[in-house]
Amino acid sequence: MDWASWLVGTVSRALAYGVPLLWGTLGEIYAERSGVVNLGLEGMMILGAYAGFAVAQTVGNPAWGLLAAAAVGLVASLWHAFLTVTLRANQYVSGLALTLFGLGLAGLLGRGWEGKPLRTPLGAVTVPGLSNVPVLGPMLFRDQTILTYLGILLAVVLWIVLFRTRWGIVIRSVGESPGAADAVGIHVALVRYLCVAVGGVLAGVAGGYLSVAYRPSWTEGMTAGMGWIVIALTIFAAWDPLQAVWGAFFFGALYHLSFRLQAYIPPELLKMMPYAFAILVLAASGLGGARWRTRAPGALGVPYVRGER
Amino acid sequence: MKRIGPFLLERRLAPPRMAVFGVSALAVVVALLLAALVFWAYGVNPWRAYAEIGRGTLGTVGGLSDVVRRATPLILCGVGLALAFRAQFWNIGAEGQLLAGAVAASGVALFVRVPSPWHLPLMFLAGFGAGAVWGLIPALLRVKLQVNEVISTLMMNYIMAYIVEWLVHGPWKGPTMRGFAYTDMFPVSARLPLVAGTRIHWPTLVIGVAAAFVVAILLARTRLGYEIRVVGQSPDAARYAGINFTAVLVLAMVISGGLAALAGVGEVAGVHWRLRSPAHVSMGYGYTAIIVAWLARGSPVAAVFTALLFGLIFAAGDLMKTTLRLPFQITGVFNGLILFSLISSDLLMYWKVRLAGKEKAWTGQAGS
Repeated sequence: MDWASWLVGTVSRALAYGVPLLWGTLGEIYAERSGVVNLGLEGMMILGAYAGFAVAQTVGNPAWGLLAAAAVGLVASLWHAFLTVTLRANQYVSGLALTLFGLGLAGLLGRGWEGKPLRTPLGAVTVPGLSNVPVLGPMLFRDQTILTYLGILLAVVLWIVLFRTRWGIVIRSVGESPGAADAVGIHVALVRYLCVAVGGVLAGVAGGYLSVAYRPSWTEGMTAGMGWIVIALTIFAAWDPLQAVWGAFFFGALYHLSFRLQAYIPPELLKMMPYAFAILVLAASGLGGARWRTRAPGALGVPYVRGER
Repeated sequence: MKRIGPFLLERRLAPPRMAVFGVSALAVVVALLLAALVFWAYGVNPWRAYAEIGRGTLGTVGGLSDVVRRATPLILCGVGLALAFRAQFWNIGAEGQLLAGAVAASGVALFVRVPSPWHLPLMFLAGFGAGAVWGLIPALLRVKLQVNEVISTLMMNYIMAYIVEWLVHGPWKGPTMRGFAYTDMFPVSARLPLVAGTRIHWPTLVIGVAAAFVVAILLARTRLGYEIRVVGQSPDAARYAGINFTAVLVLAMVISGGLAALAGVGEVAGVHWRLRSPAHVSMGYGYTAIIVAWLARGSPVAAVFTALLFGLIFAAGDLMKTTLRLPFQITGVFNGLILFSLISSDLLMYWKVRLAGKEKAWTGQAGS
């Protein structure tokens, strides 16, 4: 295989593998911008992957599968929101519980479906015109599903909402200083519920993408720690939807290369790469110093109690 | 103070022990009731299932010994995590630290030749060291580079799991094991003795219980323990008092990671007698230990008892697989439900409930 086609294939697959990371990260950015960490990403994604597969297989339509995945993600995230916003439970522990529960439940429910290929996977789209451009065409505009482009579009929209609209100011002020937001009449709990819900829907779709589009089948534990990579990416992207795009596709490339390079390096060591890189990029952002640190929402992880402080 | 019907609700700052115990017990019961729905959905009568589990785990010697065997790694991991949580260091990495211990112990067992009485102690020592290193890296990353420890410890779980995979598929793959991803069997000098007639490797259990008491004394009676508690409860106060954050967190994580690693030594030296794939060595003990430590509210001695509870759930998982033909994943659902129910009930402990107009105070659970 010559260099050009190797590169084309790698970039194209990196994009495809980056999609679930991108959707998940965009959602987590919204949740964390409102002040709620959701460590249940892995759980929401695996539930989304299971629901997406089961529904798509039963109904025979991948779109319904993705909708079901989104709905399941939504329900799971609302549970997290109820525990952390209403009951003011510890956000870390609630998220971990969601992950444990999600992995267990999806494993339990998915036993009958294990290993069967999906009859009706989400098809690839070919962008008319652009796909015929040499090199760039096959690299970027062929063999992708619609979710690749929707994800990028979503990143732009979410960036505009967050930094160029009133809603964005509301969300950021709730995450930065809920007391002040409350004082000017913002319903802190409502905003947090909505942002966590956005995170859940996107995480559900991210999981659904895996089982309905990327690898159209169901395997137990098929998210393989992607949820945790998403949480690292959220920090790496400095809670900025546009930077999440680069981060997600970079890690997509790492995941892909970990399959691609198996001829030269033991596969077990290659599979370690994304996780090692996640630590490295966080350490690098730490070296970046105060600039990075101060971007974290001020009230991240802190439950808001009216009248305290 | 709030009034609901005939009850007055009063907020309190520190819940009394009985309230903590009562609310936690209630939370576990609620979780088991919710889990009954899962049984029911699977077409298994939940009462029959619970009766079966009770008989199979607590009713026989074999069952009880299985509970203790499952609880052994949970005690060590749980005690270590309780210590880390007291410093408000979110060590989610017990799983990786456990595996690090298993790797180091296997290395010593297979490749180091020492007089046989020294073999096992050396394995425990090497295991502790490996776990300590695996634990102190995230502590240093947090103090020096502000890397969130939840993520670093988690990522290191995956990294260690793949290191184990690599070892058993590659360089350490036993020549006598043909197609299987195992190392060779450990020599007899590297195998832990069992309690006769059971599968309890008692040295690990003894170390675990002893560690619980040592860590409890450390927390309550020593300078390091005091500093750990201050760092956890009030970082600002710790800064004013001139406490060295780096030293405190690193030491706490050395102990925390080291203890989790001892659990890993126990699993390979006491149960498997070889290193094999990570899912077999650990079965998620490191993650379950998070719930063990949380349920124990950071008390190392209480962690021994909560570890026994989760040992029971693991043993029940084995049992459900064989007698009720339910998949083992059901333990994950159980654990998640218990954790959910625990954190939702936290708020309850902070409310004192009493009847309006009467002076008699009630504990938290009366109002739920």
